[in-house]
Amino acid sequence: MTSPNPLFEYQEVTVAGADRPRLRRCSVRIPEGGITVITGPSGAGKTTLLRCCNRLTVPSEGTIDYRGVDVATIDPPTLRRDVGMVFQRPVAFPGSVADNLRAAVELGDDEVGELLDRVGLAQSFGTRRAAELSGGEAQRMCLARALTTNPSVLLADEPTASLDRDAVGVLEGLARQLADAGTSLLWVTHDRAQAQRLGDHQVALGLPEDGPGG
Amino acid sequence: MSAAGAVMMAIAADRQTGAAPTLWGLTASGGLVAMAVAISAWRRLGVERAVLWAATRAALQLAAIGAALTLVVSPDAPLVWSWVWVLAMVFFAAVTVRRRSPEVPAAFVMGLLAFSATTLTSLAVLFGFGIFAVSPRTVVPLAGMVVGNSLSSVVLAARRTIGELRDHRDEVESRLALGLTARAAAQPQLRAAIRDALVPQVETTKSVGLVFLPGAMVGLILAGVEPADAVRVQLAVMYLILGSVAVTTTVMVLGVSTRLFTPDQRLAELPRAE
Repeated sequence: MTSPNPLFEYQEVTVAGADRPRLRRCSVRIPEGGITVITGPSGAGKTTLLRCCNRLTVPSEGTIDYRGVDVATIDPPTLRRDVGMVFQRPVAFPGSVADNLRAAVELGDDEVGELLDRVGLAQSFGTRRAAELSGGEAQRMCLARALTTNPSVLLADEPTASLDRDAVGVLEGLARQLADAGTSLLWVTHDRAQAQRLGDHQVALGLPEDGPGG
Repeated sequence: MSAAGAVMMAIAADRQTGAAPTLWGLTASGGLVAMAVAISAWRRLGVERAVLWAATRAALQLAAIGAALTLVVSPDAPLVWSWVWVLAMVFFAAVTVRRRSPEVPAAFVMGLLAFSATTLTSLAVLFGFGIFAVSPRTVVPLAGMVVGNSLSSVVLAARRTIGELRDHRDEVESRLALGLTARAAAQPQLRAAIRDALVPQVETTKSVGLVFLPGAMVGLILAGVEPADAVRVQLAVMYLILGSVAVTTTVMVLGVSTRLFTPDQRLAELPRAE
């Protein structure tokens, strides 16, 4: 936590909301490597904090540094290719699973097969319609899709919130494999047991009205 | 005979045959309005005043427009007045777009762009290829066809753009998160918005002649023009409308979408339709 250039460093970050701030004067250092679990009650701003990492949300005050560089100065598409994201609800694009994996990057059939392999899906999934996958399968497809740009960081916004126990186990196993292979993960959860199981580092957020977060 | 010739022939035939209703005929046609009012009263629909006001307003508006058009389309009138008229039509069409879609950002400017683009391209094709001759009698009616028939499609296109992006926000943001540009991330939704706005005109074009006889053709036939000539004029007009609707909806959707993303490639908060 004391390295000169943490993965992300939030300095007095406030994100305005419609009636109250979604994040208030939050100062947090997120270390490089492993899985950093972000916990906190509903409304604490966990998702907002995550979305600020890839500039899907921007702070109204404060700065966020990514490996020592202010994210506001980084071209958003470039940043987002290096900082991938898996959302809480799996979003399948129209078409086949292979079409989904080719959404951002031109991939050959072999590369599609390798990606499916990495997330524990059989290669035959490539031709299946993405909309027909189960929740767990769809979330694994979304993980594979996020990996197509070879991100060095992966943001995971409660990716197991809507999955059954088996699927949760599979996703957690994949997260650990990615972390062990050198990808830094930021994993949002409200599940304390999961935070204990998965987290190498912990960031606990309080409610914005309780004072500065982080 | 050229299409322009058919138009001229129609005018001549109109003068010769007196196909335009007399004042008495026009008054008698008001009986149909009375019928609508009677139905409303009988079924207690409560729209009697609205029907009467609509019929009266239409008569007043058309009388005023007819008087103004007489000045503009007379053979002695300078062509510049026709172009001024066209500019005014484009302006008021953009005002109407803004009024009908208040939730759309910069609706007036985008409408102005869309109508200007389609008027320019459509008239360039029509006059450039000699389909119609440039004259006071052709400029205003043809531009009116372009702008008038594109109006509802433009409003629909603007509203569908916001609706598609709002309803598929998670999909768009998932694409943005993959490092796609705003335009690429929104592509499927913009395509759907253009398609939705185009479909009514495509369906109208498909059903022409089978389900309904279009106004220009009916007018020509009533004025004594041979049906074959009326068909040629009508076809040119239908193609003109189809092309202009395609141009306006595309310009509108692409234009509005630029206002719905921030410069740093984020999807803005989208308003709900009022």
